[in-house]
Amino acid sequence: MRDVTTTSDDVLIDPDLMAQTLRGALATGGDFAEVFAEDRRSASAHLDDGRVEELTSGRSRGAGIRVVVGDTTGFAHTADLTPAGLRAAAEAAAAAARGGGGGVKEVALTRRDVARSYQPEVLPETVDKGTKVGLLRRADESARAAGSAITQVSASYSEGRRRFVVANSDGLLAGDDGVRTLFSVSTVASGDTGLQTGRESIGHTVGFELFDQHDVAELAERAARRALTKLAARPAPSGQLPVVIGKGGGGVLFHEACGHGLEADLVAKGASVFAGRVGEQVASPLVTLVDDGTIAREWGYVAIDDEGHPAQRNVLIRDGVLTDYMWDQLRARKEGRPSSGNGRRQSYQHLPMVRMTNTVLLAGDDDPDDIIASTDHGVYVAHLGGGQVNTATGDFVFGMTEAYLIEDGQITEPLREGNLIGNGPQVLTDIDAVAGDFAMGPPGTCGKDGQGVPVGDGVPTLRVKALTIGGTAA
Amino acid sequence: MATVERPSSAAVDEEVLLGHADRLVAMAQGGEQVEVVVASEMETEIRVHKGDVESLTAASSAGAGVRVVHHGRQGFAWAGTLDPDALEEALEAARDNARFASEDPHAGLADPDGVTPADLVLHDPGVLERPTADKVELALEVERATLAADERIVALESAEYADVSEVAAIASTTGIRAVGRQSGAYVSVYAMAGEGDDVQTGFGYSVARGPAGVSPAATAEQAALRATRMLGATKPPSGRFTVVLDPWVTAQLLGVLGVTLSGEMVVKGRSFLADRLGEEVAAAAVTVVDDPTDPEAFTAAVLDGEGLATRRNVLIDGGTLASFVYDAHTARRAGVRSTGSAVRRGVTSTPSAGCAALSMLPGDRSPADILGDVGDGVYVCDVAGLHSGVNPVSGDLSCGAEGLRIRHGELAEPLREFTIGSTLQRLLTGVVAVGNDRTRMPMSADGVTLAVADVTISGS
Repeated sequence: MRDVTTTSDDVLIDPDLMAQTLRGALATGGDFAEVFAEDRRSASAHLDDGRVEELTSGRSRGAGIRVVVGDTTGFAHTADLTPAGLRAAAEAAAAAARGGGGGVKEVALTRRDVARSYQPEVLPETVDKGTKVGLLRRADESARAAGSAITQVSASYSEGRRRFVVANSDGLLAGDDGVRTLFSVSTVASGDTGLQTGRESIGHTVGFELFDQHDVAELAERAARRALTKLAARPAPSGQLPVVIGKGGGGVLFHEACGHGLEADLVAKGASVFAGRVGEQVASPLVTLVDDGTIAREWGYVAIDDEGHPAQRNVLIRDGVLTDYMWDQLRARKEGRPSSGNGRRQSYQHLPMVRMTNTVLLAGDDDPDDIIASTDHGVYVAHLGGGQVNTATGDFVFGMTEAYLIEDGQITEPLREGNLIGNGPQVLTDIDAVAGDFAMGPPGTCGKDGQGVPVGDGVPTLRVKALTIGGTAA
Repeated sequence: MATVERPSSAAVDEEVLLGHADRLVAMAQGGEQVEVVVASEMETEIRVHKGDVESLTAASSAGAGVRVVHHGRQGFAWAGTLDPDALEEALEAARDNARFASEDPHAGLADPDGVTPADLVLHDPGVLERPTADKVELALEVERATLAADERIVALESAEYADVSEVAAIASTTGIRAVGRQSGAYVSVYAMAGEGDDVQTGFGYSVARGPAGVSPAATAEQAALRATRMLGATKPPSGRFTVVLDPWVTAQLLGVLGVTLSGEMVVKGRSFLADRLGEEVAAAAVTVVDDPTDPEAFTAAVLDGEGLATRRNVLIDGGTLASFVYDAHTARRAGVRSTGSAVRRGVTSTPSAGCAALSMLPGDRSPADILGDVGDGVYVCDVAGLHSGVNPVSGDLSCGAEGLRIRHGELAEPLREFTIGSTLQRLLTGVVAVGNDRTRMPMSADGVTLAVADVTISGS
């Protein structure tokens, strides 16, 4: 095992072995084969209840092999990167894809140059564990100092390095070596009204220099303030109201309202309200939505996707008109078009599928203060939580983790947590203001068919004419 | 039809896994506690589309997690392989990680407590022995049956069969040494019903220990009913209603309630139930049990994540808060004994206290009786956004929902794009009836029809 993975950081697996594995995968026929070899290391440290509870570290390494025959994909994976292990997995994938045609296909691999627009300055694995633990303590102290009502604090640091090489029967050979670093703080505040929580996180596709640019004490204080603010919060209203979403706080709105519905795999099955609508006006003319894997340092940044295609800036909606969907290799191949660089997978143990990267709403011309001032009665959402969508009906929900009432054009009282519910196409049409103050939001993990991948999002301040607020107040 | 010969290296032997664990445990140094979990699993996942296999995954994987506790400091490391060198590296890494943790007087591994693991067979050899072609046929049968169930079913988003067979061995320096083996299989389908421009969706599933136990027909019928009955759904006006929760919804809410009953949340002051042991926290009709020894539970297991025997724990008894669930660490801290409730998310995580197989004890009213008793209300078929809309710390609850109006004791017109809002606290005390229709779910909680008074519906 160690012989083939070599000691060099550049070569995870010998290209000749990959070519040989592809030959084996196609030995009984097939239209397309791919080998994806990955070496993933992660480490984390967790503080809770005033104690550094534990540090963990782990490593997984292996290869996933898929063989496509007609409309059928066979997939197998193995942690055994020896020639014998790869051969067995290739045979299993070929059998799963129902191969039977016979014939040997020679594959000549051509290495594709991968340009990373950002190189981590400090590999987290080179940093002393004591320094990482120090960050946790600093966050804990800062959150507790924010107020005596803060009764519980937890803080987590995590780093991940993922190297992979992918080769396919089209001759593609490409690899990447990426580092992500994440820090989060969660707080509990106790008061007469019970317990409230606050959470803040910062994560970028960078190394340990993350902490030169961001102060964990500030992050912790914000998490504490959020919990403290909510102690005085009143129940959110119920019914339909205008909703203003603050810059950087609400990219999940677009992720759910239309992002998933623009993934070509769901579109192809008719499981999207946006199927067959390219060229049509699907949103307010104020909406230009872009999925952009090339934004250096952002959480959803990828140099190449997990199928070896360079990340791209894909305009999905321009001035309200649907311009294109997002594509992976398989779906693009069927349509005879190039992949848009959106083929992603959680790990070598998973099949790639169409996934978002960084999904952003481009800035408009409105003034954020004017947007609030021109809202008589509504809700201001400073920070959204997670969401969920049914792409076939377009109905989606997303949580508000920090929200306020807007009364007579002023932000007034804080509101307790709740979900908002809307219908994608309707909400896109109902966007009636977009400000010029764009900001990226916190790092996210997008789940689809049980696979989680890191995604980013960003929005300027914007307003939706009417959304249903899932509160309990009349 | 597809056939798959699994790689021969996937053959699993319980003694081999225990051997890996024993070897590392024997490497413990003076004053050190070492615990090793070694797991191996084989999985099949088959997706079909339009009468053909869309994708077929046949995979085996194995790995180990190592926990080291030294002078009250805990460290952990894992490896996604059983390569002996990699396992030794994990032990070294766990040892080094422990040096940086805070000293905790309650830290430490579980000690054997003399409780004998339940004598259950939770593994169906059919998962490994049944030819892949048969499993493919089960998925195709689900697809065919769903499309044939109702002419308004226009397409399927997915139809699949999946199974898993897993073996986990655990050994430690405190004398824990055990092996657990279980399997699971399910078929599921996600159907789209259409009428004019209106499209609605519905899912169906069937779970069992092995392929012989899953029912494509029941799965299809369920998905078709769920999708077609939503056709023509409109947004309801806002208001307060008695709601009747579908067993699927009850199971998901039980899962969230389970978080508040974890000893971990309790000892750290993150549960609104923390100080209420012995008090009435729910309506008298509510008895909540966490019982991984129930062989019918999808997540049944004879061992917990620390190798102790699982057991039946009554958490809410006739409305009174009776117990929380503890692992060794939180039990020591709370001054009680472990309830055999250490849960792990695979070998890559440390154990923590949690519920493993929750259920609400069924009542004696049928779902139809309950609708009749309620008379006027809203039947909630499905919820969305639980992870963002329910806060187990504060108890605040708000989630997206779809369902049917209940009029004159019967299901009436469909409703969509609304939310239900309450708190977990009010939901528990507001229960007016528990159905007799305990339903097994593909998750760590079972469902039952549940009627709850005074829930806010937010719509137009």
